[in-house]
Amino acid sequence: MSDTLDFRRIPWSPFLLALPAVVVFFGFLLAPLLSTAILSLQAFSLYTGIQNVYNLANYIEIFSDNYFFEIFARTARIAVLTTVLAIVVGAPEAYILMRMRAPWRGLFLLVALGPLLISVVSRTLGWALLFGSNGLINETLMALGLVESPVALMYTEFAVVIALTHVLMPFMIISVMVTLQRLNPQIENASLSLGASGFTTLRRVVIPQMVPGILAGSIIVFAMAASAFATPQIIGGRRLKVIATLVYDEFLYSLNWPLGAALAMLLFAAVIGVTVGCNALAERYFARIYR
Amino acid sequence: MRGRNGFWALAFHTLFVIFVLAPIAVVCLIAFTPESYLAMPTNGFSLRWFEALLDNRDFVTSFQTSLMLGLLSASAAALVAIPASIAIVRYRFPGRLFLLTLCMSPLMIPSIVLGVAFLRYLSQIGLGSTMPGLILSHVIIILPFILRTVMNSFGSLDPALDNAAASLGSSPWTTFRRVTFPLIVPGVVSGWILAFITSFDEVTMTIFIASPGLTTLPVRLMLYIEDSIDPLVAAVSAVLIALAVLTMLIIDRLFGLDKILIGNIDSDKNS
Repeated sequence: MSDTLDFRRIPWSPFLLALPAVVVFFGFLLAPLLSTAILSLQAFSLYTGIQNVYNLANYIEIFSDNYFFEIFARTARIAVLTTVLAIVVGAPEAYILMRMRAPWRGLFLLVALGPLLISVVSRTLGWALLFGSNGLINETLMALGLVESPVALMYTEFAVVIALTHVLMPFMIISVMVTLQRLNPQIENASLSLGASGFTTLRRVVIPQMVPGILAGSIIVFAMAASAFATPQIIGGRRLKVIATLVYDEFLYSLNWPLGAALAMLLFAAVIGVTVGCNALAERYFARIYR
Repeated sequence: MRGRNGFWALAFHTLFVIFVLAPIAVVCLIAFTPESYLAMPTNGFSLRWFEALLDNRDFVTSFQTSLMLGLLSASAAALVAIPASIAIVRYRFPGRLFLLTLCMSPLMIPSIVLGVAFLRYLSQIGLGSTMPGLILSHVIIILPFILRTVMNSFGSLDPALDNAAASLGSSPWTTFRRVTFPLIVPGVVSGWILAFITSFDEVTMTIFIASPGLTTLPVRLMLYIEDSIDPLVAAVSAVLIALAVLTMLIIDRLFGLDKILIGNIDSDKNS
């Protein structure tokens, strides 16, 4: 054996290796979040700005004002609908992709997942161009004689949900494919060879095995949809605010930073709450099944 | 899982492909319009909006800022993530799980919350509207991507290789440089690329901390769209889409896009 220094014999070496990460994350993640939490407790006045008075007034204002309740409800509605749509479209598509052969699977995987590499602003712009009053959808509808005048699509919840589904779809497909690729394809064949129809096999064998992936994907899609900014800002505009765009307005236009910080903290808490809660529920559910 | 897709499955798949590609195709087509307003290029193709783009100092400058920011923050994140992943994968120490959770946590925190947090904090510490401030905030959000790919590449590595090198008399640093590092290079490179793309495309957090003098391309595009949607933004987006497709093809050639995003799909060869 050599008598040179072995990394693993130095007791403090893991701490030394982790030090840069710890410094960066304490200094530039935990500290800013803490600073924002404190900011959300501060008072604000139009004339003197942020004051050194600390109370829960911002939170009380948010919870007692119907205006904020409406925006929270809208955000939740958009996030739920986007998640449902992502499941309905993404789960079957993941299954179809898994069943494809080379070279088709590789090609369509690029189509399904590639949009992740394109800026969300560009992808949303595409929907804005499609949804516009002289956009492709309205032109087609009018050319077919289905409608007389352009249908208002921009600035509607429907349009925001469609565009968000498009933006977040790859995450659902990835989650479901991760689950599907762990499956043994012989289970499906076993079901078929034991006389189950294709539909029964799908319903009783394939779909139950996809559930963990669908749940994981749903949690990601819901969390990202609830806190999405660029898509609701472009498609929903000022007329259809969600929490994220409201936070943006409070910070950059109303300049009421403490109120914006309180809204951001509530969004943060809601997203973490739903994510952790769903994970716990899912774990308990699967613990019961696989007991 | 290797059955054939039936007629309905393929019909569904066709609609899905149209849904995915339609908005992207529309942007690319309108970018080539010869008109001065948003219109499909029905009267021939024109490059006038791409010329207008090259003449637009704002977009060109913010493109350079985005490139620089992506390069610097992805590299800085790699320098932080590589030692951290060695610590997490190769050692058992108190606080190991906390370190892992801490480093992965930015994936769970909404970007809008981070934007708000950095807007306030960076100006408090005197880094508001500066490149170092932008880099630090981007390092936080892209580090999880590098950490994950590097940890994955360690996972498939035999620790006995280190011991072999050490027992043959190589110092820890030499062992790392000559044995370990070359084996985790694919993980580092794919993580770096994902991190670069994430930094380059980030808009929600960056819109809070960018300033008129220091703005990234997606933020500039976003602010422009808030004002007006014209063929110029379609041209910018078409360039971004072309770059993304190019990157995608390169990644796919080097590593396989599916392997980076999903893990190894063809690992089910046990059947």
